[in-house]
Amino acid sequence: MGNPMKIRAAAKDGVTEVKVLISHEMETGQRKDANGAVIPAWFITELVAKHGDKVVLQSEFGTAVSKNPYLAFKFKGGAKGDKVSVSWKDNKGDSRTDEAVVN
Amino acid sequence: MNNQRRNVLKSGTGAAVLGALAAAGIIKPGVALADWNKAAFEAKSMADTLKALGAGAPVESKDVQVTGPDIAENGAVVPVGVASSIAGTTMVAILVEKNPNALAASFTLPEGTEANVQTRVKMGQTSNVYALVKAGGKFYMATKEIKVTLGGCGG
Amino acid sequence: MRHTFTILLAGFACGLLSGTAAASSEMDAIAKYRELLADGNPSELVAAQGEELWKTKRGPQQASLERCDLGLGPGVIKGAYAKMPRYFKDTGRVQDLESRLMTCMENLQGIEPKSIVDGKFLKGEREKVAALVAYVVTESNGARIDVDMRHPEMKKMYEMGKMAFYFRAGPMDFSCATCHGEEGKRIRMQDLPDLRTQKGAAAGWGSWPAYRVSNGEFWTMQHRLNDCFRQQRLPEPIYGSDVTIALSVYLAATAKGGTMLTPGIKR
Ligand code: HEC
Repeated sequence: MGNPMKIRAAAKDGVTEVKVLISHEMETGQRKDANGAVIPAWFITELVAKHGDKVVLQSEFGTAVSKNPYLAFKFKGGAKGDKVSVSWKDNKGDSRTDEAVVN
Repeated sequence: MNNQRRNVLKSGTGAAVLGALAAAGIIKPGVALADWNKAAFEAKSMADTLKALGAGAPVESKDVQVTGPDIAENGAVVPVGVASSIAGTTMVAILVEKNPNALAASFTLPEGTEANVQTRVKMGQTSNVYALVKAGGKFYMATKEIKVTLGGCGG
Repeated sequence: MRHTFTILLAGFACGLLSGTAAASSEMDAIAKYRELLADGNPSELVAAQGEELWKTKRGPQQASLERCDLGLGPGVIKGAYAKMPRYFKDTGRVQDLESRLMTCMENLQGIEPKSIVDGKFLKGEREKVAALVAYVVTESNGARIDVDMRHPEMKKMYEMGKMAFYFRAGPMDFSCATCHGEEGKRIRMQDLPDLRTQKGAAAGWGSWPAYRVSNGEFWTMQHRLNDCFRQQRLPEPIYGSDVTIALSVYLAATAKGGTMLTPGIKR
């Protein structure tokens, strides 16, 4: 399930800015542990952000996205009180969805 | 991989279809979306990555921007933004030329989402960072060099 | 041991670079880099875990920490860290945030402090303390550093901390002041404030605990001090021991009037 995300969404002049911080290791699969064994790749592959039911951003990540991924983007529309949700899925099949209220 | 399905899913109608599927309980919302573009993410060179993205030879454009620091203190966390002022931009991607796999992330932008996305990427060394943009079926790009100081004395 | 030694020498070689024009423009670029990371400081994720931990019933007594008194009354978090370390009547000791959290975990939840004191940073219960720290200090972000120095125990700890700060020891005969007692000193691209001055102490004390970009870790002040003991080639101080708290009292008292910018973001 992973740890909760931090989602902030703020509406201003008809545009909503969304900032997301995700708790995830984003292991590249190229690092070795202390014993020299390769640490298997473990990373988010897909992410979808929605405003209500409407998809406002869809993204695909590779292993080069930093640990604890950060994402900021803007979409037209959105008002105080609306809901914005973000869902991710990783290469091990784990997934998580969190929601925030626009302010 | 099934390109046909991929294209459908990535277009606006794709979202609607997905919505219907989700509503019908066939897929979990936000989870079983488009297939991850394995070929593009696992490509090594810039050329192979562009090919896998169907981008061929993108045109350099002043209307595309890569933002980021001139120097990143730590290659593990490099803030990078891509923006495009080309009308009808539907996709933006971040590529790091000297990384083992050039493609870091790609973003599909539905109608109404601004072509301006910021994230943070890993960089193994000083490299050119590319913003790749798709608008009206054509590909454009811009580049910026970001220096990486790897610990030590920052040398 | 050998490893730390090389790092230290490299650090000093870099320190010599400070002041050159090239170095200063590079510092500007690095400052911009850190600024870009400040929005969306990954500490927020640690703080979110801490908030959850604060409210979760845990330990043998299956209690939350919601009645933990950080000095402003049971459960009051807002602004509490800006007034720490402080003298606590119930324990009869001066405590920093970490040692106070251990008291709360012991009294409210029945979690043995020993598991934390003998533990390792970023592991087990000590990692949980760090998450709680992240949550608590976030609620003092922007507050004025305002330690209450009136109690005689605080004065005693201040004097002890000051002594420790200037005490030269270890194979290199360093004191804290060797690395932190000079204006404009840099080691490894990190501006080292002169911790003896109000301005320097405010910059140093006020920006910890912090997220460290270099290793993607959140470090509490106990962790920071532990690492500086290591840099000084001294034996590791006991977690939450008086000398660490005394140093914190010295730093916080010197920093008084400055602004807490916590959690910080560091090299
Ligand atoms: C050998 C040099 C050295 C000694 C001795 C040393 N430190 Fe440090 N200290 C550093 C370095 C280097 C940093 C920055 C580390 C980093 O960010 O990687 C630092 C950071 C700090 C900071 C945070 C400052 C800021 O602006 O972020 C504090 C507070 C601090 N040290 C306190 C102490 C205390 C108290 C002592 C004595 C127990 C001490 N240090 C001894 C090298 C030293």
